[in-house]
Parts: sequence; C-alpha cells; structure tokens
Amino acid sequence: MNARHARDSRRTLSEAESKALLADYDVPCVPDRVVVTAAAAVAAADEFGYPVVAKLTGERIAHKTERGLVRLSLGGPEQVQAAAADLLAAAVPADGDVALLVAPMLGATRELIVGLHDDPQFGRCVMVGLGGVLAEAVADVAFRLAPIDAHDAHEMLDDLTASAILGPVRGEPAVDRDAVVAVLLGLSRLAGDRPDVASVDINPILIVGGAPIAVDALVEVSA
Amino acid sequence: MKPRIAPERFRAMFEPRGVLVAGVSSHPAKFGFVALHNIVTQGYEGAVYGTNRDGGEVLGVPMLTSLDQLPADAPIDLVFVCTPASANVELLRACAARGVGAAFLTSAGYGEAGPEGREAEVALVALADDLGILLAGPNGQGVVSTPARLCAQIVAPYPPAGAIGIASQSGNFVSSFLNYARASGVGVSRAVSAGNAAALTIPDYLEYYASDPATRVGLAYVEGIADGRAFFERVRAVTAEMPLVVLKGGATSGGERAAASHTGALASDDRVFDGMCRQAGITRAVNVEEAFDTAAAFATQPLPRGPRVAVVTTAGGWGVVTADAITRSELELVELPESLRAAIDERLPPRWSRNNPIDLAGGETRDTIPEVLDLVARCPEVDAIIYLGLGIQSNQARLLREGRFGSDPGIERVVAYHERQDTRFAQAAADVSAASGKPVLTATELALADPANAGPATVRATGRYCSPTAQRAVAALEHLWRHARFRQRRGLS
Repeated sequence: MNARHARDSRRTLSEAESKALLADYDVPCVPDRVVVTAAAAVAAADEFGYPVVAKLTGERIAHKTERGLVRLSLGGPEQVQAAAADLLAAAVPADGDVALLVAPMLGATRELIVGLHDDPQFGRCVMVGLGGVLAEAVADVAFRLAPIDAHDAHEMLDDLTASAILGPVRGEPAVDRDAVVAVLLGLSRLAGDRPDVASVDINPILIVGGAPIAVDALVEVSA
Repeated sequence: MKPRIAPERFRAMFEPRGVLVAGVSSHPAKFGFVALHNIVTQGYEGAVYGTNRDGGEVLGVPMLTSLDQLPADAPIDLVFVCTPASANVELLRACAARGVGAAFLTSAGYGEAGPEGREAEVALVALADDLGILLAGPNGQGVVSTPARLCAQIVAPYPPAGAIGIASQSGNFVSSFLNYARASGVGVSRAVSAGNAAALTIPDYLEYYASDPATRVGLAYVEGIADGRAFFERVRAVTAEMPLVVLKGGATSGGERAAASHTGALASDDRVFDGMCRQAGITRAVNVEEAFDTAAAFATQPLPRGPRVAVVTTAGGWGVVTADAITRSELELVELPESLRAAIDERLPPRWSRNNPIDLAGGETRDTIPEVLDLVARCPEVDAIIYLGLGIQSNQARLLREGRFGSDPGIERVVAYHERQDTRFAQAAADVSAASGKPVLTATELALADPANAGPATVRATGRYCSPTAQRAVAALEHLWRHARFRQRRGLS
C-alpha cells in the first residue's frame, strides 16, 4: 500500500480547479464562472447567454448529482436567481467553503466517461467508457495501465461494446476519435507528471458536433 | 524491472543431465514412487538416482540413504523433492555441494500452510538463492520437458512433443492442458506447475520459454498476481517474442469496489486485468478449451496477415453457422473476387454457392477439394481459410467396414477410396497452408466422436489441430488475428 492508496489522506479539487488542471492536459472543458452570490451568478449567465447550468461546488462536494446540487437548463435570469438561492441554502456545514459554478448548457446525445483510477494491483489506469448517469449500470468501459500510447488509446475505443456510437448517429457527425485519444493521452501524461493525483473522473464528457467537451470533472489528490 | 534469469540456468531444470528423486517410496500410491516411475518410464535418458531412508531398490534404481553414497562424478542437475518440508534445508545444501542447479519441490507445508509455513518458505527461498539453486514450487506437481523426454511429475499424463510451453499456478490445469495435447496430438515443449511460486514465478518461466527454441507459444494459468505492474512489464516483453495465451482464475471475484469516483467503481479487477492483457499483447482465453484451442492454433498455424476469412464447406448448414460466428467476431467474411468465382466455376457444377461460404454443394469430384483449397489460399483477398466437411466419407466408410457386408470386395474398395480421400483432404489443408503462409483451420466433431477417422487422424499426422467445432476454430482464428494486428500496429515482426 503506497501513500496514494490511503484514502483518508485524499482530498478532492473543486470542479473549477479540476477543470483548470485538466485543461493543461488536452481535456477540452466547457467554460465556467465561479461566483459566491446569486446576483453574480445571474451576471455570469447573462454573459454566457441562456440556457445555463448552475451547480454548488466545493472541495468536499463529490457527488453533486446525487445530492441534487446540479440545476440544468436554466432559461433566464429569474430561474438562475432562484436556483442559485436554492443551491446556497442546500449547503451543509460539512461542505466547508462552497461556491456557485455557472456554465453554458450544452446539448448532446452522446456522453462518454473518461478517468484515471489507482488500481491496488496495477497502479494507475486510464479509462474510457459510455458516460452519463447510467455509466455504472451500463459498465461499457475499457482500461489500460498508464502510460499509454496512441495505439492503446485507439484500441480502448475499439474495445467498447457500443463502439458503434462513435460513428455517425442520428444526423450527428462521427466522434472525432483523435480528439478523444488526445484526452486519454493527456490523462496518461497527467499520471506521469503528478504522482499525487489519485483519481480523475470526467463524467460526462459530451460529444458536441463530434468533438468531446468535459462538462464535469473531479480530481482527487493525496494530501 | 527484474532482470531475466539467464536461460542457461533453466537447462538444469528442463534439460538435466541427471535427476535425483529425493524421498522415493516403494508404495505405488505414494508421490515418491510415482515421481520416480514417471521419470524412468517415459523415455528420459539421463542418469536417475533416488534417496530414501530404507535403501534397497525401487523400479530398478538403487536407493541411497545419503547423498554421500553418490558416485563422485554423478552428473545431477535436477533434484525432484518429495521429502517432507523439515528435511529440505539439509537436502538442498547437500545437493548444492554436488553441483545441482535446480530443485523442484512437491513438498507441502510451506506458504499454503499458515504463518510458520510462510516463514519456512521465505527461509527456503533465501537458502536456494545463496546456494545458486533455481527453486520451483514448493507444493507443485512437477515439470515436463519433451525435448529431454522428461516426465518429472506426480501426476499424468506425459504429452506428445510439440511447441506449447505451459506454466500454471494450478498443477491440475497443467494436467488439463497435457490431456488436451494428448487427445489432439498438438504437443508440448515444456510444462511446469509453479506450485506456491515462492522463488520462480510464472513470468520467470515464460521468459525462459520466450528464449527457448523448442517453444513457439506460451500457455499460462494465473490466479493471484503479487506485483501487477512487474507482471505487466515482464509479460509485455515476452509477447514481443512469442504469442502468449493466458487463462485467469478468479476473474469474477473481487468484484466492484466501493469508490469515491465513477471510474473507481467501474474498475473491477477483471476489467483492469482485461485491459492490461490487451495492452501487453496477451491473448486472454475465457475458458480452458479456448485456451488450448488458441495455443494449438498459434503453435501450428502461421499468423493471418489480415481478417478476411473464406469458409470452404461440403455442407450448407455448417457453412452458414460458421459464417454467423465470423460475422459476430472481429474477422470478416470476405466477398469472393470474380476471378476466384470464375476459377471455381471451372471445377464445379453451377449449383455451388458462388459466394462465401464456398459451399461445394455435393458437386465435387475426386480432386475438387484440394484444388479449391489451393485456389482459395492463393487468392490475395483471402487471409485465412476454415475448411469444414472433413471425414464425412470416412465416417460412412466405417459403417460400411463394420457392417455385415464389410468383407465384400466392392465395399472394401470404396472404404479404402473414402479413407484415401479424407487423408488427401487433410493433407491438402496442411500443404496449402504451408505453401501460402496462411492459416487453414479444419473443424469437425469427428475429432472427438471418432478420432481414428482418416480426416482428423491425418490432421494430427500433419501436426495440425482439428477443432471439434467450427465456432471454436473461429474463436481461435480471431485470437490469431488480434495478435497479428497487435504486432502489425506496433511494428513487431
């Protein structure tokens, strides 16, 4: 058991910090704004244009969806105002410092999950799979041990049972496989550069116009 | 990464000039008897010595009560240990003094037997290291090496010679693979039951096999892996040199772990192991027969250069079902080029399928099958062939021969003709494969139902493997293609 496996000594980066780190490793992320008041949330939403999403974020908040801390498809300033007030009120003392994250609402029919996992037997592994809220139930995923090369990354996509969804679907273009491969290679490089990164969870990474873009991300580091 | 053990050191275990069996019993039900029996009866030509407490003679071998009684120039490289754990420290020291380079320990009472046993095992490994002895086991079932005609194991069978190198964390899986080898005729170079794998581990044996001219493919059964990262790195280097088929036990245990992330929750032991195999170029089999089928295909067929398969069949239904299996796999059912159709048209009446599967539809005459196999193998658009229908004529020949009219000269003539034909067909499958450098797999349940049938019997005689079903041939061929593709993409020869 090395230090990375000592779960108690881990902490999670906030979503905004996580995305900022991942952006340095070729992971395209949806732009966002982190604010602390409902008024500032509305100002950010005005700037992005509607619809937007609003989430409560903080280092100690890992499963936002499960706790109802994600508000989707907010179509105007009043809705953002109300959602922001709700979210701030939903914080509990155990959450520590919290903030509101506002981002444009993207539409996509295809969602992937991409991540980094510290396996007790094999060490850190890169993963790709079918994403979204059903990711764990569907469990169509492929792993490789970091570091990986481009052959490995392409073969991971081939491994997916539902790899057909990477082709053209219902009028949408085929997934830009090279762009997804770049994300996987980026995570592999991150693992090499940062021994303290215990896990990365990018779920979902949406496919918009064929290109992957992360709309949620969580990085876990050893303290 | 741990440096490889020099292959020369393994000669003491797999090519010993002489073997000492320690702890011989005179009782045929005891391991100490069986070990000596198997060594002296299966063709081993080196010197054989034995020790026990009572002296005397067992199976014609004089029993020593002390290693001091060994002739000074006795060339012993391997000690096969059937003594209890308590005797082994002294034994290993005495063996080292005699120049013994390798020890295979069947003795139990080590790591599998609680804290005291684990302590004894650690001490044993350290001692063997000090003495410069390669230590296999303890708690293993033995070692087989057909180039040396060595059957140093406390279980059966002794396999035919061949190119498959087996290393197993379960001794009984060694026996399973050896039984498949005996049944199919596709033989084995080396086999070892790693037992507790206290010193020599599965990767150590596989590294030796990769450097061994007698071994063309590795076949391993693994359960627990102590250091996954090291296993990965070492086995990846092995697969660069030879194909490796792995059967993993405990694939479904361990299950999902509680984890903070979705990624962690999805990272079951089996999924991570599976990904590791893909990355390392390991051919992972899902069960024991697929493991042997695939190792046998690697051992006896050239690698396909691409995924395009042609099915040649004398019966419609078999071809259809085989085509279905190919369609579900990563192989492709190749569209026949017009030139090939035209060439086959010249040899068959128009009722043949004119498509893939190439169903000869009963239109074949004496030479059609060898000719069509040759045409298909020469076709540049075809990377591999699966040939179905072997043995049909000989199956009827058997009924004719065994029926009450079997001695009729007309019937005898037809029986001989049928059997000659199936012999030719099986020979043609091997010949066109050798000439074209393409895999040509045969499949018929007669391989099991009537192994003496001239079809499967001739497949064995050509050194090839006759799959019991077409589906199993497709699965093995798919593994061959996946491995070939792995090598192509990475520029491995």
